[in-house]
Amino acid sequence: MNQTPIPNSFRSGPDEDGRFGIFGGRFVAETLMPLILELQGEWEKAKNDPAFQAELADLGTHYIGRPSPLYFAERLTEHLGGAKIYFKREELNHTGSHKINNCIGQILLAKRMGKTRIIAETGAGQHGVASATVAARFGFPCVVYMGATDVERQAPNVFRMKLLGAEVIPVTAGNGTLKDAMNEALRDWVTNVDDTYYLIGTAAGPHPYPELVRDFQSVIGKEAREQILAVEGRLPDMVIAAVGGGSNAIGIFHPFLDDEGVQIVGVEAGGRGLQGVEHCASITAGSPGVLHGNRTYLLQDHDGQILEGHSVSAGLDYPGIGPEHSYLHDIGRAEYVPIMDQEALDAFQVLTRLEGIIPALEPSHALAEVIKRAPKMRKDQIIVMNLSGRGDKDIFTVAKILGMDM
Amino acid sequence: MTARMDKRFAALKAEGRPALVTYFMGGDPDFETSLGIMKALPGAGSDIIELGMPFSDPMADGPVIQMAGQRALKAGQTLGKTLELAAKFRETDSDTPIVMMGYYNPIYVYGVDKFLDDVLAAGIDGLIIVDLPPEMDDELCIPALAKGINFIRLATPTTDDKRLPAVLKNTSGFVYYVSMTGITGSALPDTTKISGAVERIKGHTDLPVCVGFGVKTADHAKAIGAAADGVVVGTAIVAQIAGSLTKDGKAGPDTIASVATLVKGLSTGVRAARLVAAE
Repeated sequence: MNQTPIPNSFRSGPDEDGRFGIFGGRFVAETLMPLILELQGEWEKAKNDPAFQAELADLGTHYIGRPSPLYFAERLTEHLGGAKIYFKREELNHTGSHKINNCIGQILLAKRMGKTRIIAETGAGQHGVASATVAARFGFPCVVYMGATDVERQAPNVFRMKLLGAEVIPVTAGNGTLKDAMNEALRDWVTNVDDTYYLIGTAAGPHPYPELVRDFQSVIGKEAREQILAVEGRLPDMVIAAVGGGSNAIGIFHPFLDDEGVQIVGVEAGGRGLQGVEHCASITAGSPGVLHGNRTYLLQDHDGQILEGHSVSAGLDYPGIGPEHSYLHDIGRAEYVPIMDQEALDAFQVLTRLEGIIPALEPSHALAEVIKRAPKMRKDQIIVMNLSGRGDKDIFTVAKILGMDM
Repeated sequence: MTARMDKRFAALKAEGRPALVTYFMGGDPDFETSLGIMKALPGAGSDIIELGMPFSDPMADGPVIQMAGQRALKAGQTLGKTLELAAKFRETDSDTPIVMMGYYNPIYVYGVDKFLDDVLAAGIDGLIIVDLPPEMDDELCIPALAKGINFIRLATPTTDDKRLPAVLKNTSGFVYYVSMTGITGSALPDTTKISGAVERIKGHTDLPVCVGFGVKTADHAKAIGAAADGVVVGTAIVAQIAGSLTKDGKAGPDTIASVATLVKGLSTGVRAARLVAAE
């Protein structure tokens, strides 16, 4: 699949058809095409509108709490005995993860477009909570589609969404996880095109979603780049982030893509191992295909039927990945590696005890990779890791696995 | 464009009635039963057959069709077997046009060139691929047209006059007009709205326009057929199949016969359609 020539800049995608190399595109039903074109047009205008950017920045500062700190993890660095480790602390954002960056941006777009109803899909519930939050803040009714299986295993987030005034609709079709919730949200959108804005939570889906979600999340990498230059006077040697759909990862990667000396590492959910189907390592163990509006790496069988993945982290439990990651993989600019459930759980506990930070299980995957790599690096080298979410939502899952009573 | 499709529409025009286009899911509830259903359709009055290709994530379909796809996949249906289904049907019927309908990913994974060769070899006349809008024509539409296979496009109420020419540009065979609220709607469709939409599309093309609008009964078929060149029935047939199955989802004793009965009823509606229009 290496048909893509190396470009002058790694940050120039997508092209006007929404493609990153062979990935991306607009694979949607005709009903949605006019909406997607309208969204693209509005996004082009908003991007260059100083008033829009000013409102976005103001909400970033006063509502989300930006900039998030870049924190030197001194004890973890000492413990691992190699490279210096910095965390970009997205878990300190309002609602507890990076998801809010994108939701604030998209709700402002929805408002501009005159839409009056918000729909969203959610897996672990983080994006659902962030969507319900911004819908409450801007006074929109909000419907969140969530797989019935996830509704059960993420009860606290379901309650949060309801408190915020959102309607949570459990999806029983398929296996009742994130991909089924996304199918259902797309069906809602097809049916209610006139008044409804679909707030997609990850850097995937039909063009322009991968681009606009990336742009809203790139605030992470922009800040991190400035912050590390201010503290260390130089760029990091490595940037690491966990990848499910990949919005936190593309957010921190993108501003570093043209910095030649910065190694980019995305961490996929290896689940219970890559041999069978109990993982979500779309790039490491999947193949290119077309789902949910874009071409990208997918978990699928020989007949092109999509497989259900598995990860201990509900946020990484998705059989695809954002198209820009597929592109960065194919041209060799970023490296994607799997981390198993158990490694992530171990890393979760290490961070909790050494730094007093309870991370979400998603960034615990990135952390496990840091734990593998840092000791092999020199002490004057630097790793920046995206600590994309806090772990409060995961304590029930972890307690169950560790056999603890709550 | 395939002779079979053009011949069929020409014959219907001479007869002065709209086409009955029937959809079912290939491999639902199993290969043999769905072959039996397919073979029974022309005799029951179906003029054109839409053969559904099962996909795990049919994001533009309602739950009835999604469940049919899941039954088919569970029974071992693959894209290869759906092509085989069409080829077997062709052994005994060389006149009824077949249109394959589904999503792009199984075709992409199968390989576009190999797929189109096998489509031709199986005697299939056209393709409706839900998630390939005109913006994606290079993927499959252009290669299909180059081989003489019809590429049938969906037009919807959101397809405005500005967009229609782009949608119709590489469309052949017929145009499939779908109402977005029709999937689950059970109310009798508003025929004046439909005839308006059909006229709007006909202002841009000479192709026949077939309408899918949640048609369930002969009366629906009659009402819509008065305004269009064809009436598409999908969910009602698939629901009939689902209702005829045994508790464990296997084919029941009257699965094929009950589908034939339903289609016969719909076909009387289609055949009475233009009489109404003339009144």
